[in-house]
Amino acid sequence: IFTLQTFGDPGKMKDYHYTGPVEHRFSPYAFNGGTVLAVAGDDFAIVASDTRLSEGYSIHSRDSPKCYKLTDTTVIGCSGFHGDCLTLTKIIDARLKMYKHSNNKTMTSGAIAAMLSTILYGRRFFPYYVYNIIGGLDEEGKGAVYSFDPVGSYQRDTYKAGGSASAMLQPLLDNQIGFKNMEGVQHVPLTKEKAVQLVKDVFISAAERDVYTGDALRICVITKKGIDEQTLPLRKD
Amino acid sequence: MALEDLCHFRDIFQEDITTERFSINLLHFYIPEVEYLDESPIQFAFPLPTNLPFTSSQTVPLPFPMAHGTTTLAFMFQGGVLAAADTRSSCSGLVACPASQKILPIHSHLVGTTSGTSADCMLWKRILARELRLYQLRHSRRLSTRGAAKLLSHMLHPFKGTELCVAATLCGWDGGELEDECHDHEESAGTTKTQKPDLGMTVGPSQGSSFTPQDSSRKARLSGPRLFYVCSDGTRLEGMLFSVGSGSPYAYSILDQGVRWGLTVEEATSVAREAVYRATHRDAYSGNFVDVFHITSKGWTRRKREDLKEEYYREKERQRLERKTQHDILRANTSIYSQCLAMPS
Repeated sequence: IFTLQTFGDPGKMKDYHYTGPVEHRFSPYAFNGGTVLAVAGDDFAIVASDTRLSEGYSIHSRDSPKCYKLTDTTVIGCSGFHGDCLTLTKIIDARLKMYKHSNNKTMTSGAIAAMLSTILYGRRFFPYYVYNIIGGLDEEGKGAVYSFDPVGSYQRDTYKAGGSASAMLQPLLDNQIGFKNMEGVQHVPLTKEKAVQLVKDVFISAAERDVYTGDALRICVITKKGIDEQTLPLRKD
Repeated sequence: MALEDLCHFRDIFQEDITTERFSINLLHFYIPEVEYLDESPIQFAFPLPTNLPFTSSQTVPLPFPMAHGTTTLAFMFQGGVLAAADTRSSCSGLVACPASQKILPIHSHLVGTTSGTSADCMLWKRILARELRLYQLRHSRRLSTRGAAKLLSHMLHPFKGTELCVAATLCGWDGGELEDECHDHEESAGTTKTQKPDLGMTVGPSQGSSFTPQDSSRKARLSGPRLFYVCSDGTRLEGMLFSVGSGSPYAYSILDQGVRWGLTVEEATSVAREAVYRATHRDAYSGNFVDVFHITSKGWTRRKREDLKEEYYREKERQRLERKTQHDILRANTSIYSQCLAMPS
């Protein structure tokens, strides 16, 4: 008999009051925390993640960024279960190489997104516990963000937050980038500098209120010139 | 036992389960084994390793919830088929995506609405589109909507009893097959497809004298709008009106009142929009925008996505004006009444 506490709430600690005899099964999943964010602009894309790796009440590492560079124009952010993140990025790298060798060109961001969707769905009945967000430039050079759920449903967005603090960050992005439900505001297009500043502010807020987010922030800015990485310290407590 | 021998019961356990699937002996009962849980629904470059732990005993309880909850509807009328859906994708209380697409075009004359788990619906629609395209290339004609519904239903059957959840309505227009060889259908653009006038509902054949009158009348009977409901638990139904999802009871009430065969396209669009709007108002798991697709003999067209928040505010404004006029009438009546009372009798 499973209690709802064991599986219903991922990543949150189990209650310590006595609820009666409980059967604990080995779970192949663990929740390692972390938050990922991606924003797309007219000619740039930003993928940012915190660098804390935690499990339960402990922190395993303060320097484990969750952005992985795939090609010169695409970066993926994976948060959730770290074991599945590592395996998934290895599989994606292998598939990218295979594509490059058989088609003699690098995969575009849209193609990587479609491929990742089928990779994730291939494990429909034992999923990868990973929340993915791909950020990159599409064929026309415009910024593109593709957000996924753990079993492969995806779509193209302008901005998306994923991971443990996603429920806190997404409304803020809806307000600041999407101008949702605001009357009488001018929709100014987002510049790269403003977007980077916004991402920094947003992560500082997330680190305040989410215990699994903090330590440092890694920002990857993707433009047609290449990928530029910056690291910024966050709260360490 | 005699019955055992007749049914070849022992053979089922001794033979390999994968060859069993293709056995043509009618007395071999097809029992979906739990090994299907190991098989990937789609095989690409990597065959799935069979030595994964925890897959064959039972499905691993997931630490995350899946996306569910929606309102989709589709109905047939004299102008074709109309499909409408909301765009909210929720995940046990959190709106995972306020602008998801629940009506997915499969090919130029077939559109499917999706309900259930969004990943399942998206991927199975992709698989169905691939299979229909292969059929079209092999047989140089499009598979009918009925055939597509049957194909989807049979593809989902091995996964019956698992947590796969797909409830789709396939809306299509059959007919006009012979022109397809000349056209390369672009399925990505959302604009009206221009085609040569197809056979459609017309009776006279427009090409060749090899058609017999029986052929042409059969074509007329087989072509036209079609609507099918396919569910992952095995249901496959043909009908004129379907609504699927958590908001469907509310949508059904509007549709049952407003849908008739003789509607014009504008009237049908407004009924569909109204049904989705009312359902989103009452159902917590539906909301945000409404998508409307219209399928005719020329293909599908998509109406611009509409924000229901505007509609809600227009409705509030209308109610406010109504209340104001009612209030004015009431005041006018009471003042007349008090004047009558004040007058000396």
